[in-house]
Amino acid sequence: MEDAARLLQLIVNGAAAGCIYGLIALGFVLIYKATEMVNFAQGEIMMLGAFVAYTLISHFGMSYWAGFLLAICITAVFGYLLDAVVLRRVIGQPQFAVVMLTLGLGFIFRAAAGIGWGYDPVGFNTPFTNRTVGAGSLILGQDNVSIIVGTVVLCGILFVFFSKTRVGVAMQASSQNQLAAYYMGIPVRRIFSLIWAIAAGVAAIAGILLSPVSMIDVNMGFLGIKAFAAAVIGGFGSIPGSVIGGVLVGIVEQLAGYYLPVGFQEVTSNVVLLGMLILRPQGLFAERMGKRV
Amino acid sequence: MSDPLLRVDAIETFYGPIQAIRGVSLEVQPGQIVTVLGANGAGKTTVLRTVSGVLDPERGQVIFQGRDIAHLPPDQVVRMGICHVPEGRETFPFLTVRENLMMGAYTRRDSAAVATDLELCFNYFPRLRERQNQRAGLLSGGEQQMMAISRALMGKPKLLLLDEPSLGLSPLLVQQIFGIIRRINKEQGVAILLVEQNAHIALKTADYGYVLEVGRIVAQDTCASLLQRDDIKEFYLGQKESGVRGQRRWKRKRLWN
Repeated sequence: MEDAARLLQLIVNGAAAGCIYGLIALGFVLIYKATEMVNFAQGEIMMLGAFVAYTLISHFGMSYWAGFLLAICITAVFGYLLDAVVLRRVIGQPQFAVVMLTLGLGFIFRAAAGIGWGYDPVGFNTPFTNRTVGAGSLILGQDNVSIIVGTVVLCGILFVFFSKTRVGVAMQASSQNQLAAYYMGIPVRRIFSLIWAIAAGVAAIAGILLSPVSMIDVNMGFLGIKAFAAAVIGGFGSIPGSVIGGVLVGIVEQLAGYYLPVGFQEVTSNVVLLGMLILRPQGLFAERMGKRV
Repeated sequence: MSDPLLRVDAIETFYGPIQAIRGVSLEVQPGQIVTVLGANGAGKTTVLRTVSGVLDPERGQVIFQGRDIAHLPPDQVVRMGICHVPEGRETFPFLTVRENLMMGAYTRRDSAAVATDLELCFNYFPRLRERQNQRAGLLSGGEQQMMAISRALMGKPKLLLLDEPSLGLSPLLVQQIFGIIRRINKEQGVAILLVEQNAHIALKTADYGYVLEVGRIVAQDTCASLLQRDDIKEFYLGQKESGVRGQRRWKRKRLWN
């Protein structure tokens, strides 16, 4: 019984970490589907979002929820401008240029955050810090539960947005056939910038949800590498796939950390990724997209 | 004649260093169907793309309702009332038929009128009503063409740009589609600029025709007259008077050369 409870606990903790990977991966996938660019600065955008929330809540004395919402908005605007000012210029350049550019942006963001907020880990009080919910012998941290609930709610909101709203459907349309979207009078460039804004906002949410679990520091963006694995596992092109891939990586990682010798936890995401590339290289939820030129 | 709805004036358009159009001028009167004929690579599609703003001309003007739209972005051109049915249909394959059609109305805010127009499209193409919740990628070629035309109608165009609506369709389906194109023109009063390789049906459908060769207009006339011209008959309709066959064919020249 205790073993079962422990296993369940590990799975919940892993799922919580996995949700964070999934949200970052979702940003990768959104941007890739629309613009065929891989944004390697996605993890750093999460870090910036968390720092912005920290500043608003700890320094400006805003309430948690107000700071949460405002930080999302600020990060989303930042993502919009990042595309409109910088990345729009490399559309049509070789993939290599985009990779270098976004990797470089990641370095710049890390350095800027270090200058602005310092290199020491910081944190702020959230309604979920150090609280638990219990169910029988199962005791879960509210911080982990809040991540899972937050991710589920966010996925629901995004699903409704993408399938029901005019702009959301236009985003899908622009991703599927850019030329036709131009012909229909959809302002494709603005739509792409809005997709960047959503990806950045989602990253900020991930950063803020993560802050009660681990401290906010300049290097938290390296989590993006595991998220990248999650995106590939999910099929790199499927939005539900990215979240499910993230949860899978998180759970496997957590179990490996408990049952396997020290050190295995850090490599498991890559092991899962390699295994996936060997067994099912198209990923879990590959959408068969016959791309016509 | 009254002021033309569209006047294209000596446009020159490039793809990078390659010049695709070398000074094309044409006019579309309100309510008229105008066709542009030409072989592969003549620059027909480029003319339409330049009108709809997807390409900008290097030189020349595109005047729509008295305003130069040559350098407007495509979304503003659509707002002014020019909707484009692209070559090869260009659907959104993972959206449903209905969502595809609604994307045609993206620039419009009058949702009641949009609903009326959706109904109108379904009346022109009842097949689309049956399939409205299917993904567009699963439609047949003819259905996709119907959808592409409807999608453009959803933008409530004053001028419809039709790029090769007959492409890849069976002769019967081509007849049907052109029948509906004529109906749309008559019933909605939409002017149409039609680009076709199937010169026969294009000349039967349109009022006025231009012949485009390697980026230049080489002939223009009413379609009734074009249909009578020997050079058009031979080079675009594949007809020949009996007895001419084999007779010094190489000496027959196009009149415009």
